[in-house]
Amino acid sequence: MNMPDLAKLIFGRLTLEAIPYHEPILIGTFVAVAIGGIALLALITKHKLWGYLWSEWFTSIDHKKIGIMYMVLGIVMLLRGFSDAIMMRAQQAIAFNGNPGFLPPHHYDQIFTAHGVIMIFFVAMPLVTGLMNYVVPLQIGARDVAFPFLNNFSFWMTVAGAMLVMASLFVGEFARTGWLAYPPLSGLAQSPDVGVDYYIWSLQVAGVGTTLSGINLIATIVKMRAPGMSMMKMPIFTWTSLCTNVLIVAAFPVLTAVLVLLSLDRYVGTNFFTNDFGGNAMMYVNLIWIWGHPEVYILVLPVFGVFSEVTSTFSRKRLFGYASMVYATVVITVLSYLVWLHHFFTMGSGASVNSFFGITTMIISIPTGAKIFNWLFTMYRGRIKFDVPMLWTVGFMVTFVIGGMTGVMLAVPPADFLLHNSLFLIAHFHNVIIGGVIFGLFAGINYWFPKAFGYRLDPFWGKVSFWFWLVGFWVAFMPLYVLGFMGVTRRMNHFEDPSLQIWFQIAAFGAFLIALGIGAFLVQLWVSYKRRDELRDVTGDPWHGRTLEWSTSSPPPEYNFAFTPVIHDTDAWWDMKERNAGRRLEGYLPIHMPKNTGAGIILAGLAFVFGFAMIWHMFLVAGLAFVALIVTAIGHTFNYKRDYHIPADVVARTEAARTEELAAHV
Amino acid sequence: MSDMHATPSAAVADQDVEFWMSKDHHPANGTLLGFWIYLMSDCLIFACLFATYGVLGRSYAGGPSGADLFDLPLVAVNTTMLLLSSITYGFAVLEMQKNRRGTMMAWLIVTGLFGAAFLGIELFEFAHLIHEGAGPQRSAFLSSFFTLVGTHGLHVTFGIIWLITLLFQVGRFGLTPANKRRIMCLSMFWHFLDVVWVGVFTFVYLMGVLP
Repeated sequence: MNMPDLAKLIFGRLTLEAIPYHEPILIGTFVAVAIGGIALLALITKHKLWGYLWSEWFTSIDHKKIGIMYMVLGIVMLLRGFSDAIMMRAQQAIAFNGNPGFLPPHHYDQIFTAHGVIMIFFVAMPLVTGLMNYVVPLQIGARDVAFPFLNNFSFWMTVAGAMLVMASLFVGEFARTGWLAYPPLSGLAQSPDVGVDYYIWSLQVAGVGTTLSGINLIATIVKMRAPGMSMMKMPIFTWTSLCTNVLIVAAFPVLTAVLVLLSLDRYVGTNFFTNDFGGNAMMYVNLIWIWGHPEVYILVLPVFGVFSEVTSTFSRKRLFGYASMVYATVVITVLSYLVWLHHFFTMGSGASVNSFFGITTMIISIPTGAKIFNWLFTMYRGRIKFDVPMLWTVGFMVTFVIGGMTGVMLAVPPADFLLHNSLFLIAHFHNVIIGGVIFGLFAGINYWFPKAFGYRLDPFWGKVSFWFWLVGFWVAFMPLYVLGFMGVTRRMNHFEDPSLQIWFQIAAFGAFLIALGIGAFLVQLWVSYKRRDELRDVTGDPWHGRTLEWSTSSPPPEYNFAFTPVIHDTDAWWDMKERNAGRRLEGYLPIHMPKNTGAGIILAGLAFVFGFAMIWHMFLVAGLAFVALIVTAIGHTFNYKRDYHIPADVVARTEAARTEELAAHV
Repeated sequence: MSDMHATPSAAVADQDVEFWMSKDHHPANGTLLGFWIYLMSDCLIFACLFATYGVLGRSYAGGPSGADLFDLPLVAVNTTMLLLSSITYGFAVLEMQKNRRGTMMAWLIVTGLFGAAFLGIELFEFAHLIHEGAGPQRSAFLSSFFTLVGTHGLHVTFGIIWLITLLFQVGRFGLTPANKRRIMCLSMFWHFLDVVWVGVFTFVYLMGVLP
């Protein structure tokens, strides 16, 4: 075999040409990332943290640590996704009057695709999953999730997917198709390069993790609730998490299937979505939105739960309309499957089909509206404390309602024919995703941070962050509503009509304000860490909370609860406090816990290699990685000793230390 | 409902009510539920492939149709192999419940052999079709046919790999609770594939040969 053949066998279509050294922006980014990365690795090595990170974090099957790692992943990826956003805003603000801007179309198209993919899959999803992972077992009085190893594996698969997206920045390129990669544009004929393949494999690898984590949390909530906690006594956040995970399990397989079909078109030459040989591109559009619309609710339902917890805690009141809140959540879960076609009314399915989907879409606003009223009535006559989580919640109520109403406008098919694919749509979904999901995540982070770390987040910088985000959001997206009404379509690289420029400049300024909001959040983390002794909370219950997670110490011991709580009320911890339940201080038993394992990170590493090799047609490497994946997975099943017991005296010592600490701070 | 609860009055030392369990709390094992949910997610993948076949199944693009291609007697034999493998798996589970390891393993081996026979016939059919120029690239109908049937076959392949692994584990570690649980999971997986195949046989092959 001669050299070129051998190189092709090993490297597929990967050559030095794939490194984009002729693009100064990418080179700059790469240098910055490389220097930052090397500095970080050097610091870890210098402080000899590798062993600690490996044994305490990377291989940990503790749901709390995995939850925190999810949050870190989401925040890091937020910085990447937001850099894409600010580049787009800057490009559109200057690309007028013959000025081509600083991003050529080829690059610009990758940026808007990457922005959408990263923000949905690698920012919102990890942050939402991280919150659920951390909070749900604590809220239901459990010691871990149902499948602790699977939880670790799911996390690392998500990381592997995120790494594939990041790799596309420096090796090859990302898709230029928009975040859902519609064919025929994403087909082999129109996109022969590796961009769409990066898209496919990053989502497939991360999707395995997401589906498994959905199964895991359903089993956890259904099987592992503390005694006495009937379904209608579950905290609302747990309820919305249950519905979210049902949606995940019922939606992500559809994404997996449709991406498999697209890959077959690209790798094998089948004709599912091609223009000839009987293919049908609208099949793809239908299928991907059957996943895509529930996905919207996968993101927003958990934060509805966050808002419910925050509103009742900071209003010092039981949540208004608990049962109606549960029913509204379940109704939204079901309806979210009956609306997908509203994403493409213009497909031309006829008046009856469009009416059906238009009406189901409008109906969703009813349970959602019921939720808004429940929150308002919870606040009514409450003793409201405007701590940072509550600020985000009020900001959400105002912002999200507007976004919801523009959504109802888009649900009217004749209006949609005018607004389809326009900037009005962009403004609408950012209105609900930023105003709903992102605000909710910040509310949740500020609310549960003291539980995870034992000290509150600095409120001053939290408020700075909130106000920059809130004002920045409105300044950035109101101009897009205006532009959408004027008929400006999305994904434009440059513009001919100079009268539009002012609106894009205002929007860019809004994006700049949001950048300050993100900056303030990072400052908040840093300042809080520095001031952690002043912000310390030893009670474990800094907000005077209502649900079980506040009954244990902050941060909770690895076993969460020395004794499994018995539940008599929806607001279980509030009930305990009202009835002076106190802590139980004797009769400790050994606690049965799962053992850490490195199998998850190894399997996910192999999945990364497999995905990367498939993208570059390195089929030899891909085959080897796949075989290694199977063999490692089978090898892991030969490990039967996956648990251990924390001895009773260790539990007693941990609890005694807490008793002392509580006594010292009364 | 819960709004109607009276708020418990403060500071009533409620001695009769237990707030912390004194015994160890053993939540019911969630593995079977979790695996069942996984199967349902897998079922959705098949649902998508069936839907795709439903849309594209008559898009012949001037190429051969199901009536031209399908060899029903061969597929009937194949179906029999898979159905028999389900029965023999059932026998294996019965033996497992009687804690008879040897006969259980024997039935599992028979199951695996039936599964392998099924796969062999399927591969023969695929090779024959491709040889005739009716490969997955020929038309959208054939793309969706090969993908649906092939995905099922891939599942059976992984089922056999899993079965072999389990045979080793049962042989080495015996019928421990963990192994019994695994056998039950594979049992659900195996029967699930059988059910899916009934759908494939009906909707793809039987209805495919209708004019």
